Amino acid sequence: MSTTTAKKPRLTTSAMIASIASEGQRVKAAPFGKALVELAAQRPDIVGLTADLAKYTDLHLFAQANPERFFQMGMAEQLLMAAAGGMAKEGFVPFATTYAVFGTRRAFDFVHQVIAEENLNVKMCCALPGLTTGYGPSHQATEDIALMRGIPGMTIVDPCDALDTEQAVPQIAAHAGPVYMRLLRGNVPLVLDEYDYKFELGKAKLLRDGKDVLVISSGIMTMRALEVAKELEADRVDVAVLHVPTIKPLDTSTILREAGRSGRLVVVAENHTTIGGLGEAVGTELLRSGVTPQFRQIALPDAFLDAGALPTLHDRYGISTAVMATTIKGWLG
Amino acid sequence: MHTSLSPAHARVADSAYRIRRFALRMGEVQGQGYVGQALGYADVLATAYCHAMNFRAEDPSWEGRDRFLLSHGHYAIAFYAALIEAKIIPEDELETYGSDDSRLPMSGMATYTPGMEMSGGSLGQGLPIAVGMALGLRLKGNPAFIYNSMSDGELDEGPTWEAAMGAAHHGLSNLICLVDINNQQADGPSSKIMGFEPLADKWAAFGWHVQRVDGNDLAAVIAAFDTARNLAEPKPRVILCDTLMGKGVPFLETREKNHFIRVDPPEWQQAIDILDQAQGAAR
Repeated sequence: MSTTTAKKPRLTTSAMIASIASEGQRVKAAPFGKALVELAAQRPDIVGLTADLAKYTDLHLFAQANPERFFQMGMAEQLLMAAAGGMAKEGFVPFATTYAVFGTRRAFDFVHQVIAEENLNVKMCCALPGLTTGYGPSHQATEDIALMRGIPGMTIVDPCDALDTEQAVPQIAAHAGPVYMRLLRGNVPLVLDEYDYKFELGKAKLLRDGKDVLVISSGIMTMRALEVAKELEADRVDVAVLHVPTIKPLDTSTILREAGRSGRLVVVAENHTTIGGLGEAVGTELLRSGVTPQFRQIALPDAFLDAGALPTLHDRYGISTAVMATTIKGWLG
Repeated sequence: MHTSLSPAHARVADSAYRIRRFALRMGEVQGQGYVGQALGYADVLATAYCHAMNFRAEDPSWEGRDRFLLSHGHYAIAFYAALIEAKIIPEDELETYGSDDSRLPMSGMATYTPGMEMSGGSLGQGLPIAVGMALGLRLKGNPAFIYNSMSDGELDEGPTWEAAMGAAHHGLSNLICLVDINNQQADGPSSKIMGFEPLADKWAAFGWHVQRVDGNDLAAVIAAFDTARNLAEPKPRVILCDTLMGKGVPFLETREKNHFIRVDPPEWQQAIDILDQAQGAAR
């Protein structure tokens, strides 16, 4: 047995709903729930439905504030999505919450046929996107975006942090048509307030510029990309970060403009499998337009992921700040 | 005049006859269609559209209307016939049934057809949608009813029972579910595919008010609708309708039972003639 590697303490899997924030990181509590309560005070047409996960999606705040507009559907996700569609038919704007695995994988045909085919105004806000729980594939929604991207007319939002989330809520409500939003709940990191940034549905935003690498990212991987960019400053590597919180429809013109600036390695970083997510979407647009920079993907593998502690898993699958920084440096040679 | 029926009921019987006739004419246009189901279910549809439901033919999305969800989208041929009888769709449009660019596709879709409240066909979706609409109507203070129409095959679908629990939990007394029990699914008799009896007990155990009727006994169907609408109990209501596929056309009633009954080209007119003769005799 090798004795050369220092033994790291063995981490344990944290609770299902543990915060994804790292130690000491600034956070905001329940940005989705609070934003929805605020919006619902102005908009009587907003209703909330959940499948036995109100507390775990921050929808309990809406339920407390608007008990007459909150509907518990039980642990029945197909009923959840169809009933949300039914309420939309009656003129309401339903926010339906559950975990991303159940909202997409289990209820897929109900999202497809009941909600999307009739372009109903349902907002599906689904927690534990990608690899944000250590509970294994039953709860890890690593292919949720691939599934939802395949549905015509579906708008897909993958917010980075608390600010993104709270700003997205009124905008997805104002959008006419179905929306799938990856939901960050509980104590959610607050990052983007340090940048000159506002969430705009359908828009990609350049958070920082840099001449060596362009990271195109969504969701929590934008937070990672910003950390990587700071880390690589010490190595004199200049990293630009283009945040793409709306995966569909994709802000193709901004992506092509930034990726078309010559001399930069383009890295698409996403908290999702390499199959069918932001990376493939961006890659396809680049090829279609004849924009062909050096292109790399940081994403989860096409595999059923392990259970375990999130920091361990993020290292193992290459989406932690440390591993991502090393990977990018390796690509630069 | 129908001798055994009151004048009001005779009016519904006339409608059922015309619904059967419209369905056969659409089947003839296409050379196919779920006419076995249409003939079997015509009495229930006639009761819904010509006796029970509030609607405005000239304004199919009138806010005060009772909503009718056709969960079993393949019953579209029957439903279009009912919409024609209800004057929501013009009669001459039946010539377009199943043709390119028609508003009357083979499987019912909300975006195509006036009066079609949902895109059916992915079976087991109507009842869960109905739960949401019923909650929505109640929240708006709208006294309209939601009818969800489904086939017995949809009893196999899990979401049907998710919705049955949900409707009872929320006390949805504005929800009436109609189940067409013709004991025929794609692979054979329902009782051989996935047994559902004792069906009335099942719905009752789920917290519903249950009636089971001969779905081709018009007086019984009308009475069941009246009971379901007037019930004071804060429960969802289900009417289980046992029907005979091909009803009204004896050579189709007795034809080897199939999900999709075979009809040869000359038989469409023969079937219509049989209906016409029976209607003439009843007058």
